[in-house]
Amino acid sequence: MYTFSNRLKIFAGILIVLGLLGVAYGFMSSHKSLDEVKEMIAAEASHGGHGDSHETDAHDVSNAHSTDAHHAETATNDHHANVGHDDAHAEHVMHQIHNRPYSALYVAAFFFMMIALGVLAFYAIQFAAQAGWSPLLFRVMEGITYYLLPGAIIVLAIALFAGDHIFVWMNPDMVNPESEHYDKLVDGKSGWLNSTGFLIRGVIFIAGWSIYRFFARKFSLAQDEAQAGDNSNFKKSFRIAAGFLVFFIYSESMMSWDWIMSVDPHWFSTLFGWYVFASMFVSGITVIALITIYLKSKGLLPEVNDSHIHDLAKFMFGISIFWTYLWFSQFMLIWYSNIPEEVTYFVTRIEDYRLPFFGMVAMNFLFPLLLLMNSDYKRIPWFVVMAGIVILAGHYLDIFNMIMPATVGDRWFIGVPEISAILLFAGLFILFVFYAISKAPLKAKGNPFVKESEHFHY
Amino acid sequence: MESSKVIHAIYNDDDVLMNAVKKVKTAKHHIEEIYTPFPVHGLDKAMGLAPTRIAITAFLYGCVGLSVAVLMMNFIMIQDWPQDIGGKPSFSFLENMPAFVPIMFELTVFFAAHLMVITFYLRSRMWPFKKAENPDPRTTDDHFLMEIPVHGNENELQNLLAETGAVEINIVDKAH
Repeated sequence: MYTFSNRLKIFAGILIVLGLLGVAYGFMSSHKSLDEVKEMIAAEASHGGHGDSHETDAHDVSNAHSTDAHHAETATNDHHANVGHDDAHAEHVMHQIHNRPYSALYVAAFFFMMIALGVLAFYAIQFAAQAGWSPLLFRVMEGITYYLLPGAIIVLAIALFAGDHIFVWMNPDMVNPESEHYDKLVDGKSGWLNSTGFLIRGVIFIAGWSIYRFFARKFSLAQDEAQAGDNSNFKKSFRIAAGFLVFFIYSESMMSWDWIMSVDPHWFSTLFGWYVFASMFVSGITVIALITIYLKSKGLLPEVNDSHIHDLAKFMFGISIFWTYLWFSQFMLIWYSNIPEEVTYFVTRIEDYRLPFFGMVAMNFLFPLLLLMNSDYKRIPWFVVMAGIVILAGHYLDIFNMIMPATVGDRWFIGVPEISAILLFAGLFILFVFYAISKAPLKAKGNPFVKESEHFHY
Repeated sequence: MESSKVIHAIYNDDDVLMNAVKKVKTAKHHIEEIYTPFPVHGLDKAMGLAPTRIAITAFLYGCVGLSVAVLMMNFIMIQDWPQDIGGKPSFSFLENMPAFVPIMFELTVFFAAHLMVITFYLRSRMWPFKKAENPDPRTTDDHFLMEIPVHGNENELQNLLAETGAVEINIVDKAH
């Protein structure tokens, strides 16, 4: 039995307080008026070469990728021609600056929610596959998935609260033919992309995941109390796990369209759902490994041996490569065919996000590939922890790269709003996860495979 | 030609064999070879065999394959004749790299896999017309055979092996 130590509680509390302060600061410092933004742009331009090239970059991007701007520049360029392009640019930049704290909050909230969701999928797969090695880790996984319900509700709440600061299609002017901001493409998609549908779908996804999580946990605890030889609860878990996995793969895919892909409503990609799934899966497995190593270092998981760590590290290694495969497949297909309407997505990222965009490939692929290839290294806890931290940072950047280019464009920076949003949700995550872990014995002793798991040896 | 004697202890169960190996090792006798019809899990550990290094060779072969692919594509597509093919940027390797990645990947795998297999054949001395080195045909079906060299301690060895549950113990002259 794990007791939630006061030190960890205080640590999580400090993270939350620091995070809240930083997030509040982010919202206050982003309220810039149009005049302030014009001054700022003028100051940047006076830097000479840099300012100039920057400005042309920004124009290229905003023209190619009109959804960055709230007012769909390309579609309405004619209206703005007489107003003067400088004003339009300044307004565009002002919106990007306003969007930043919302996006920073959203990226971090999604990142931690996605960890819990990835773990839930992994957990269901362990049941459906009747894995013999993992039952010793089930309580750790159940603890992590406890964050899913609050985490997902927070993500949905931020999405609806931020409205058109993150999701331009939530601006009612975009679907109003009378408005100068009218966007025909967005209007054409309004059958799917409308706030009501977004909310209903979000509630269905969260309800589906949470119902599975609730019953899986219930049956898992009930199996502990069951008489020897009575596996009825395990059988129920097996059945609902199989059902959940079917629901999950549909809902996850649609969730990724709604919660991530729709920040760029002019752009679409077919393997996007899988790509997001790979990201959440590898982050989830990494967090299982990190928390397992933490609890084991406290002496609370005496039966978990280095073969279990080895298996988790193999999953981290393999799914990292799977993620890279999907990342590259998406990138290469679009780069190769170079169709203007889809390639803008990568043009923005390569021009304005070069370091995070390619840096994340190094962090999510090269680093785990080289570190975790050796079978001996996969058994060394500090090695797995080190690789795990880089993988998690890399997948944060992945989500960052999905959201930020659409909302803040080239006005991005990983500064106070971003870091404090990470601190805030990291604190919440620790609080929820370790609370849930402290609520049940760490060994799922009723599981019919737990004996095999104790003797697991690779 | 000098002739030396070996002792062949035959078992018909892998568990018995494993225990026998442990016993013979604790009695500090050298085990020349063990013939089994199928892989016995943990036998190499019990015998104290050094771990294989074939994975390391495979990694190095993969690096060779990657280099071959990069050098080849760079020479052909960028250095030798940088044509404009469908607007692909052939000014530098990096600019056109995504198009080369499928080939780089496949050649890495190709070199790693094939050279590793060939290394395995060479190191275990296997080739098509190789004469089989099988002391007893039953070891390919359902018997396990442990071969121990004899250095004038025949009786002691025979007693030890009999204790370990061998179904048959033969002393064989092995011509060198």
